[in-house]
Amino acid sequence: MNTGFWTLTFWVGFLAATVRMATPLIIATLGETFAERSGVLNLGIEGMMIFGALAGFLTTYFTKSLWLGVLVATLSGIAFGWLMAFLTVTLTLSQHVSGLGITIFASGLAYYTYRAAIGSPTVPPTIKAFSTLKIPLLWKIPIIGPILFDQYAITYIGILLVPLAGYLIYKTTFGLSLRAVGENPEAADAMGINVYRIRYTALIIAGGLAGLSGAFFTLAEFNMFLYDIVAGRGWVAIALVIFANWIPSKVLWGALFFGSIDAIGLRLQGTAIKVPFQVYLMLPYIFTIIVLILIARNASYPSALLKPYRRE
Amino acid sequence: MEKEKIIEMRNIRKTFLNNVANNNINFVVYKGEIVSLLGENGAGKTTLMKILYGMYTKDSGEIFVNGRKVEINSPKDAIALGIGMVHQHFTLVRTLTVLENVILGLPSPKGINLDFDYARKRLEEIIQRYGLVVNPDAKIWQLSVGERQRVEIIKALYRNINVLILDEPTAVLTPQEVEELFKTLRIFKKEGKSIVFISHKLEEVMEISDRIVILRNGVVTGERRKEETNARELARLMVGREVIEVLREKTSVTKRSPLLKVKELKALNDKNLVALKGISFSVNKGEILGVAGVAGNGQRELEDVICGVRKPISGHIFLDNDEISGKSPKEIIRLGVGRIPEDRMESGLILDLPLYENLVIEFYDKPPFSKGMLIDYKNIKRFAQKLIKEYRIKTASIDVKTRTLSGGNLQKVILARVLSQSPKFIIASQPTRGLDVGAMEYIHEKLLEARNNGAGVLLISEDLHEVLNLSDRIMVMYEGEIMGIIDRSKEKVDIEELGLMMAGAKRRKVS
Repeated sequence: MNTGFWTLTFWVGFLAATVRMATPLIIATLGETFAERSGVLNLGIEGMMIFGALAGFLTTYFTKSLWLGVLVATLSGIAFGWLMAFLTVTLTLSQHVSGLGITIFASGLAYYTYRAAIGSPTVPPTIKAFSTLKIPLLWKIPIIGPILFDQYAITYIGILLVPLAGYLIYKTTFGLSLRAVGENPEAADAMGINVYRIRYTALIIAGGLAGLSGAFFTLAEFNMFLYDIVAGRGWVAIALVIFANWIPSKVLWGALFFGSIDAIGLRLQGTAIKVPFQVYLMLPYIFTIIVLILIARNASYPSALLKPYRRE
Repeated sequence: MEKEKIIEMRNIRKTFLNNVANNNINFVVYKGEIVSLLGENGAGKTTLMKILYGMYTKDSGEIFVNGRKVEINSPKDAIALGIGMVHQHFTLVRTLTVLENVILGLPSPKGINLDFDYARKRLEEIIQRYGLVVNPDAKIWQLSVGERQRVEIIKALYRNINVLILDEPTAVLTPQEVEELFKTLRIFKKEGKSIVFISHKLEEVMEISDRIVILRNGVVTGERRKEETNARELARLMVGREVIEVLREKTSVTKRSPLLKVKELKALNDKNLVALKGISFSVNKGEILGVAGVAGNGQRELEDVICGVRKPISGHIFLDNDEISGKSPKEIIRLGVGRIPEDRMESGLILDLPLYENLVIEFYDKPPFSKGMLIDYKNIKRFAQKLIKEYRIKTASIDVKTRTLSGGNLQKVILARVLSQSPKFIIASQPTRGLDVGAMEYIHEKLLEARNNGAGVLLISEDLHEVLNLSDRIMVMYEGEIMGIIDRSKEKVDIEELGLMMAGAKRRKVS
């Protein structure tokens, strides 16, 4: 990449990459927002994304159908979301332990399944991944077009999920119940809301979106499954929820910000600045920590977060 | 007078572990009446009403609503039968608006979409009709306690209830707010709704009720129409004996020797505003210095600073001759300060620990409760047994979670812990808030006893009656300053002057 730093092409390319890199973060963070709004911290998210990436890849590898891959990845996430709900809501186990357990289990299962299905070839097998979907007419708009309207289908889905999530949370009876359950489950219960059902639903949404988010890596951004393909994006999503103050519209901006750091890392690697490339790879995680230091202290967590609900 | 029975509870029995909370209680509510359930804490009033509201399941007994036998398994069932309840601890979601809290859990006329317009219209009708003024768009955390209570009542009305249960509704209200509430309740009555008013305050019960049912230890000890009874008789039925007000005798200590000296003390509150503006005063041995004043005028910060949980910005506090400002809470306790904190649930006790641990929690690490690094549980339990007997703490055993005790007994736990160490100085903040007559009497007695034995007591209380009853001298605080100190050995208290000082309208020179 010898593109000059200050050319238009560089910036258009950078912003388009930003939107692309933000996609899995948008989707996963929206899911995590639902979980935490209901009062459950879903630390299983990283594992659900890894398994989603694997499930999507294998499905497509064997069936050649990308959309079937997307569907199976989402369903696998739903299954893990349901498991998380069973452990933390029904059995009222520790959310930390259950979540980390699911991450360890799901990622281990993903690696195992990959080995069992593919073996360990020297060159990893590939699929024909999604290519970008140019939105008719709109993609021709100068600058904006290539940035926003020449993206993968899953990216469009991710962006559309933002207003949808906002609508669900703020304008529907489910959303009101969800917010109440995450703040004061006793009050919600006293008003006849089924706390368990709300938390199950939220975790199933969270799991499904984590699975979908994972599929983006193997079916769109790359065309293969690698062990470190998710690379901690699940943990970034957990930080992003705090960054976004549990508000869907802010999730979009937070994810784009982190996407831009990812994108800039990629681009700086090609420039003359001589720094080991690992430094660039570290950037998103360094920023995650900085953002948490700056924001987390004043964050208004859902009051019932981490508290299992038991009826007296 | 033949009246329509709305609710009839027959032979209701409920036990918790081996504690009988309701022992075959019969209770009736008639249409269009205000009936009070009067009793001390732990008498079983709230339990009985939580059974009616579907929050507790009864062990045995029957409930009839409008003459039909019903099973109430959840608040939802109760609401469907037209029964609403406002709890002592509100069930509101702090981060949601009033409007959202009111419609929470109800089906919307627009299916999955919330219908705020419709809800707002109905809410405004209710506000108009009953004078329950509150802003529908305010978030709950922005509201005063009185306003929150109104939201709870509105919530019940929005669900078309005919019977409204109010659990100790006045405990958190100012006198003016109580008047407002009573006005609203009278409107309900006029409309034919029935009200169950749970309380242990005799004057209020006498003011608002048509009929009074008295509970003691889980059984009904009496039922009176208001016209045929008086506060004295009710107190006897409630407590089981004549109630005598504890009286302060003149202090036996004749020579004044200062024990706690506060000098030019300045401190900030949680919002970083100056809450104590350089105050100086002292508490003598063998006296109770009462601090009168409206809440939020620096009393809380004064308590915190003396106990060492808030650092002053400047000034000194001496106990005898030890400087205690800047020391840790633990060192301060060691030096002989006994602490009865305002917030007994939060900073007085660790509710999830067993009772015996809470009884020694301020000194478990010194002998005879510890030897070196090892805790001697045998000694601790022996000590705890002794204390619960000595202080008549009502509990199933010393091994229960502290949370299971009633409010009055929780305060006795703190009192026992403090007094067992015979402190030189005691700071007691709102020591009887929310307690019943029996417990209140007991705590007053004990504080006077400590003072007669030579301890100095700083009594911070919003209950003026309490301050007047117990204090040898009365100090009035207003906006972080001392408006004056009234020495009762030299003069009589002029209540009007006291009120003016509390409102900041009058200031005396403090010597």
